[in-house]
Amino acid sequence: MIDTRKIKVTVNGRAHEREVETRMTLVDFLRHELDLTGTHVGCEHGVCGVCTVLVDDLSARACLMLAVQAHGKSITTVEGLANRDGTLNMLQQAFRENHGLQCGFCTPGMLTTLTEFLAHNSDPTESEVRVAISGNLCRCTGYQSIVAAAMQAARVLRERKT
Amino acid sequence: MKPSRFVYHDPTTIAEAIDLFGRLDNALPLAGGQSLMPMLNFRVAAPDHLIDLNNIASLSYIDVNDNGRGRFGSMTRQRDLEFSGDVARVFPIFQEALSHVGHRQTRNRGTFGGSLCHIDPSAELVNMAVLHDGLLLTASKAASRTIPASEWVQGIMTSALNPGELLTGIELTAWPEGHGFAFEEFARRHGDFAIAAVGCLVIMDAAGLIERAALCVSGLSPGPVRLVSAEQLLGGQRPSHEVFRAAAVEAEGLDATDDAFVKASYRKHLARILTYRALERATGGRVRRAA
Repeated sequence: MIDTRKIKVTVNGRAHEREVETRMTLVDFLRHELDLTGTHVGCEHGVCGVCTVLVDDLSARACLMLAVQAHGKSITTVEGLANRDGTLNMLQQAFRENHGLQCGFCTPGMLTTLTEFLAHNSDPTESEVRVAISGNLCRCTGYQSIVAAAMQAARVLRERKT
Repeated sequence: MKPSRFVYHDPTTIAEAIDLFGRLDNALPLAGGQSLMPMLNFRVAAPDHLIDLNNIASLSYIDVNDNGRGRFGSMTRQRDLEFSGDVARVFPIFQEALSHVGHRQTRNRGTFGGSLCHIDPSAELVNMAVLHDGLLLTASKAASRTIPASEWVQGIMTSALNPGELLTGIELTAWPEGHGFAFEEFARRHGDFAIAAVGCLVIMDAAGLIERAALCVSGLSPGPVRLVSAEQLLGGQRPSHEVFRAAAVEAEGLDATDDAFVKASYRKHLARILTYRALERATGGRVRRAA
């Protein structure tokens, strides 16, 4: 017997309604049902961090949540981060300017993780940034440029606030 | 789509959940999912029924006041423990211990009770329950039970829960205001499972002597173990290198297991070093070493 449920989920501000198999993970739902392939699938056991999305503004591993558990929730994926006019937001722009990505595989998870982090701490130290991204693996950059991008984004955020 | 097929249940009350557990075969409870979801994705676990506890609001609470006890719902998120002002005030060691539990993304979902039921041998929150002389509150169709944290771990990743029984809450004994504390662990990577960990609570008297100490060692055996011999040895002593060393050596007398990566002797070595460091920090800083 195939167990299914009807779910209503808001993703990047848009409401979706779908009938899903209850064993479907949230990341597979985003990619296969909604065609939002910006969220990547890596280890599928919560270690690599590439599938990180924001669930009601809190970061979570989309491979460790079932799609049914997102019923009634608001999800933000990497596709939802850009400015309304489609230009890169300040964090994405900082990644671009600091070479915060090379192959780009880890980038969606890095961006969503840092979005939550910077929302709570816009004046972090480098070591706080390193702890914040300790659950996200990058095999290209050696992290230096990602930390530099996060520090730049934090600076921009602080300047905007004042 | 990776998990094998199951029927999903999402009860909203404890009564509903224990009724489901009572009558369904091969059912597993889903708490924060930070351990069970990987097991489902790998099909290491293949339940016929998955009972999601995330919609049971009455399992999620923090009830800490100054009466010397703290009560927590089993579905209280690790994140909520980490950011609770009450927890920081009455159980200050929690923030230190939680900083080692996975990462922000996993603490946002992971729960106190989920950690207690999964029982990784080096799990920080199981250590916290044993360190604070915790009581685990359970419910089932048959009866409610209260299980001392010291009797909770029955074997490798095996709790004292009976089939059909659900962990509903955790009660901890608070230490007096101003007590010393330290949580020390050694892991190869930040947020990874520790090879060994030590939680330490200390109260000093007016004369600067150790009135009472609690030490709890994780990672050596299936569950955390109180270092009772060291706790007894420390009572009434003035903090010193010699006293701490004598207490730390007791950690080497614990049983420890070998695995493919880490020898038992190394685990014991780490337990000794971490016990020393925890004592040093919990009692207020470095002590003078005899020449």
